[in-house]
Amino acid sequence: MVEKLKDLMSRCYIALILLFLYIPIFVLIVLSFNNSRSRVVWGGFTLDWYRGLFANAQIREALITTLVLAFASALIATIIGVSGALGIHAMSRRNYRIMMIFTNIPMLNADIVTGIALMLWFIHFIPLGFGSVLLAHITFNIPYVIMSVMPQLQRMNISIYEAARDLGANALYGFFKIMLPQLMGGVLSGFFMAFTMSIDDFVITYFTKGAGVNTLSTMIYGEIRKGIKPEMYALSTLIFLVVLCLLLVVNHVGARNEKKNRKYYLAQESNEREEFTL
Amino acid sequence: MQDIILELDSVSKSFDGKKILNNFSLGINRNEFITLLGPSGCGKSTTLRIIGGFERPDEGRVLFDGRDITGLSPDKRNVNTVFQKYSLFPHMNVEENIAFGLQLKKKSREYIRDKVRYALKLVNMEGYEKRSPTSLSGGQQQRVAIARAIVNEPQVLLLDEPLGALDLKLRQGMQRELIKIKKEVGITFVYVTHDQEEALTMSDRIIVMNKGIIQQIGSSKSIYDEPQNAFVADFIGESNIIDGIMRRDCLVEIQGAKIPCVDVGFGKDELVDVVIRPEDLVLVEEEEGYLKGMVISTIFKGAYYEIKVRVGEYEWMVQSVNPAPVGTMKGLTILPDNIQIMHKPHSADAEVSKEND
Repeated sequence: MVEKLKDLMSRCYIALILLFLYIPIFVLIVLSFNNSRSRVVWGGFTLDWYRGLFANAQIREALITTLVLAFASALIATIIGVSGALGIHAMSRRNYRIMMIFTNIPMLNADIVTGIALMLWFIHFIPLGFGSVLLAHITFNIPYVIMSVMPQLQRMNISIYEAARDLGANALYGFFKIMLPQLMGGVLSGFFMAFTMSIDDFVITYFTKGAGVNTLSTMIYGEIRKGIKPEMYALSTLIFLVVLCLLLVVNHVGARNEKKNRKYYLAQESNEREEFTL
Repeated sequence: MQDIILELDSVSKSFDGKKILNNFSLGINRNEFITLLGPSGCGKSTTLRIIGGFERPDEGRVLFDGRDITGLSPDKRNVNTVFQKYSLFPHMNVEENIAFGLQLKKKSREYIRDKVRYALKLVNMEGYEKRSPTSLSGGQQQRVAIARAIVNEPQVLLLDEPLGALDLKLRQGMQRELIKIKKEVGITFVYVTHDQEEALTMSDRIIVMNKGIIQQIGSSKSIYDEPQNAFVADFIGESNIIDGIMRRDCLVEIQGAKIPCVDVGFGKDELVDVVIRPEDLVLVEEEEGYLKGMVISTIFKGAYYEIKVRVGEYEWMVQSVNPAPVGTMKGLTILPDNIQIMHKPHSADAEVSKEND
């Protein structure tokens, strides 16, 4: 009886948490289909706001900027992050630990600090604009890539790379043909993570973008200051859905990888005990 | 015999300030099965990695056919390695694994197909071409790893404890097969192991190493029968190692008993180390033995009994086909041939080996 009550209470607790987390988003999504400018009255179902959204040139431009920015920054961060992870992995234990702490700090650091710091830095060297935003996004994306590649690198049997070199492969060929396929799961999930983070970011973008460049998040912020338009509900809903999908992809890739790795290592272990007959 | 294919010339290597190899020199003959034997951390794997090109020595040179290859990367050496942990490429099947090196050498498709088939036949794995390495047992994976290495026709094959992860039965089978493969392909094998039995079974020549220094080089028989110092005697097989005094040529005094031996050339009354293998000691009635002591334990080991006899402060280890009751007094005798006399270590190098006893 007591057990049942406990069970019930814990379920209620979870339900409450989910409720508080997701109700506001749910309301936003509902409002984006509401055929009324009011925030409290349901005026029937409509797709007008979405239509308005796609007709708006300013929004289209911001969308393109956001996507190009996310893709380019994620790609470059992945290249830098993977090379970085390889280098850090090869360091001595002490330096490895120091490097990983320094990698962690930017992820935990308040966005506003990172944003202002990058802005102060950039204005000395380059005009603020798309270039500076791209650099800023690459900067905060690199740690995510390192974090998602590193565990895989650690689990990997490094001697397969040595085996490739031994059989006549040069360093590059050995990396692309042997190492990369083993790391692909981590590299992909790192890329998507970086992509998501880039789409998601507001604060750092806001400080480094200068005039004239807008991503979706900074544009929404600008619009809302002028007054809340229902188009913004629709836009926010779309962003939410895109990010949700990306996160599902990241998790799926990660889980599949995990499973593959586990399967391989289990097989390795059981093989060592297995009797072998000719 | 003096056809040296690979030579290490005064090689030294340190990791984190710790000296792993110290002024190490070694010549390896063509077509030889040579084994580097020693406890873990003795520098045997590092030696192999230096030959393979995975580590660069701090000092010294590596010569291949008289050519200096010290700075050459692994892919440019005519040497292939079989790694301890198989190290097959998990995303490729058996055939692709074996063909990897040949494809890099831009061999024709037919050539590769024939070579892969030949290599699989050599390691008794015909018909496994399309299997994934993850679906193979440890022994099978190691066979594929061997096939993958020898298919490139290296002049020297390096094997880094290749049988370490296998169970005893499987290991013994693979030892026989390795010897067979060695005969068939006729190349130099450099084998690293800490398993003395494995080394004694397979090698033409054994190099016993400890702390980065060569303790003894010789055939299996000479290493076992005539260990040159206490470390080798202790590491290879079981031994009774005890202090003795050379009273004159062919007479050694152990624990007060004068026992005839065959060793000559020691100084009169020189202090020596005496090595006697447990299987060479014979248990007899108390009054017939050189040494007399009490049986303090008898353990059945299958093919023999392992009996401990205490004489004075020392416990002698005896292997005998007949048991001896605990608590009885017994005598110990030994044939002169079976006593191995060694100089006490006097140099610093030899002293090093004593520490590990």
